[in-house]
Amino acid sequence: MMIDALPLSVTLPLIGAFAVTVSPGHARGPGLLAALLTAASALSVTAAVWSDGVLRADLGGWGVPLGIALEADGLSAAFLAMANVVALAISVYAGGYFKQESARHFWPLWLLLWSALNGLFLATDLFNLYVTLELLGLSAAALGALTGTREAVAANLRYLLVGLLGSMSYLLGVALVYAAYGVLDIGLVAEAIEPGPIAWTAMALMIGGLILKAALFPMHFWLPPAHANAPAPVSAALSALVVKAAFYLALRLWLDVFAPVLNEAAANLLGTLGAAAVVWGSWRALRAERLKLLAAYSTVAQMGYLFIAFPLLVATPPGLARDNLLAAVVLLALTHGLAKAGLFLAAGMVQKTAGHDRIDDLGGAAQALPAATFAIGLAGVALIGLPPSGTFLAKWMMLEQAMILGLWWWLVVMMIGTLLAAAYIFRVLSRAFNREPTPYRFVNDARTELPALLLGLIATFGLGIAAQPLWVLLEQGAFG
Amino acid sequence: MIRPLEHIIIPLGLIAVGGLLGWSFFLAVTGEAGERLAAVALARVPDSGVSNPVTSVLLNFRAYDTLLELAVLLAALLGIWSLGAAAPGFQPAASVLDGMVNGFVPLLILSAGYMLWVGAYAPGGAFQAGALLGSAGVMLALAGHRNAGLPSEGRLRLLVALGVFVFAMTGLLLMVVGDGFLTYPPSLAKWLILLIETAATLSIGATLAAAYLGGRPAARPTTGETA
Amino acid sequence: MTGQVLYSQLFYGGSGIILVLLGLWSFLVHAPLLRKLIAINLMGAGVFHMLVAIAYRGIDTSPDPVPHALVLTGIVVAVSATALALAFGKRLDQDDD
Repeated sequence: MMIDALPLSVTLPLIGAFAVTVSPGHARGPGLLAALLTAASALSVTAAVWSDGVLRADLGGWGVPLGIALEADGLSAAFLAMANVVALAISVYAGGYFKQESARHFWPLWLLLWSALNGLFLATDLFNLYVTLELLGLSAAALGALTGTREAVAANLRYLLVGLLGSMSYLLGVALVYAAYGVLDIGLVAEAIEPGPIAWTAMALMIGGLILKAALFPMHFWLPPAHANAPAPVSAALSALVVKAAFYLALRLWLDVFAPVLNEAAANLLGTLGAAAVVWGSWRALRAERLKLLAAYSTVAQMGYLFIAFPLLVATPPGLARDNLLAAVVLLALTHGLAKAGLFLAAGMVQKTAGHDRIDDLGGAAQALPAATFAIGLAGVALIGLPPSGTFLAKWMMLEQAMILGLWWWLVVMMIGTLLAAAYIFRVLSRAFNREPTPYRFVNDARTELPALLLGLIATFGLGIAAQPLWVLLEQGAFG
Repeated sequence: MIRPLEHIIIPLGLIAVGGLLGWSFFLAVTGEAGERLAAVALARVPDSGVSNPVTSVLLNFRAYDTLLELAVLLAALLGIWSLGAAAPGFQPAASVLDGMVNGFVPLLILSAGYMLWVGAYAPGGAFQAGALLGSAGVMLALAGHRNAGLPSEGRLRLLVALGVFVFAMTGLLLMVVGDGFLTYPPSLAKWLILLIETAATLSIGATLAAAYLGGRPAARPTTGETA
Repeated sequence: MTGQVLYSQLFYGGSGIILVLLGLWSFLVHAPLLRKLIAINLMGAGVFHMLVAIAYRGIDTSPDPVPHALVLTGIVVAVSATALALAFGKRLDQDDD
């Protein structure tokens, strides 16, 4: 008897989705069980990569190029761990958040989305990635519309259409790659690819499709309404995980497939869009009137930081400095995933208690919920990038590398973004701490408040003070 | 009136995109890709348990893609159900249409069974068979049958999720017994593929018909064929 | 590769590219949901055209089964996405009434 945790991480949520589809009336128990088992198997993948190196599974036993393989290296293991911790926290929160009717719709779609996420992080086949992207996009849009309000349905329909356009562009790139090189496995394509019009067109199509899904400025227009109108646990998943998966895939293709054909112009274009996203997203977050809209615009800005990494990565020669820079980018993405999920979960709690999430009128409700407000504060620390959060470390390393390279303009953008982030976070916190009497209890609803609090704690302390393991993990195959 | 975005900028951009695409595609087909995966795939077809190369790829070499694709289909239907109840059906058809439907539906179901079986060695397979079952459902819905001839909600839920379940469980069981995830032992390959395809056909047919209704099925369905 | 195969591939693949461009144009300039959905499906048909074109290897040679399988998978995904988007549209129409 042998158990391979790679296919298990994708298949367990599928089995769970079957169970909750068939017995919708009792979805929570089996749903939580499937969540627990999925997270356990995914985290065991990360642990195995840490101790033994790259894991690979040839599904069907055919091997590439004919069959499809799953692979976990340091980069995928890091994203996999973050996604599964966040997804588990969201599941626990959702167990208390969704009631009868919405729970029966939430659980199966949520497990299908989770399966797509794990599948995407582990995939090595370009066409298989297209299928996981579509599974992710369809289940995310359906989950986003669960509140059933007109705004939510309209926003998520737009999200669905934009996502379809992005996948279509990606698929066109895959067709071109197969026509030119005759293989679909990422490793084999990387061996065959050479600079020329085919590679550049395929790169533009595939990465272009992915930045549409990652909501990079100016293709971010669909994100704020879709994320702000979804139910809180879904907003957390969309902002922390789904857009991050598109970024992960862009980074993966950039590093593993298109590395030989990269040029500075493409990287600078991505970086410039990222810079615009940082400034515009932060500014709109500062002006937002609702807490969830603020969080959504903050995601636009945070995705911008991640894309600023591309010009820095291209300009840095291979070696220790580049490895550190790559680790910093991954750290930034992971911290943001945890912090943003924590922020959305806590915001959902505040919204549920107050009946609204207008920032100017938050005072009383926020103060009655010390744990949720504390979670918002912790997430804020990580979003701004104050020590000891992981973001602080990551931004510091990116800034340092930008200085060394003499690319000071990226530095200016990151400073502006950080200041604006401080402004919008303190705007929320100052409203939350202004007038009410001492609260009665720290924790009011453990099932929904603790996950948010834990995510905030990991983002601020866990990944900041204990970031070293990430370097160990990324040495497994990611530093090429 | 000329709108600059619609009439100038987008068309010019599209011409540029088209030029680049056409050039790349020309270089790709005239380049050195050779046989691509054709030779490898065709050489392994005899080991796959079926003799139709496309079925070999779909259900064996790249079976994992097909598993996720069934999950996509399920996600779409669950999404449709989350958006609301189905619209009330069409009024019952008059005798001529009704008679034709009553003749055609059994034929479609029969053809679906044939498609499923023939897929092992000729064009056909679970998707074509599922599409035929789905069209039988659409026909019933158009003729005014409630819920397109689909069973009650409980059984319908089982039916639409069955494909994913059987596929995933087969993969996992093979892994547990030591063959590897979705790695069929050669002696059983044919029967395992047929099992998965049968479950997939039922799920695809039920999902397509249920998706056609556009929402959650009505509370009190008539019992009828499983289409 | 014989000239006949090459011309067929270029002809059908080129038609696929034209379908993709028509679909993209329609998606960008038309607002109604139904037109956008048809546009997306047209683009999909274009990509499938290209894949089927490169699978062709001559009248007497069996085609490359891999792109055929990819197209079948792609069709099911496209059907699913279209069905979900239509349900979204229907829901919005109901809210308007």
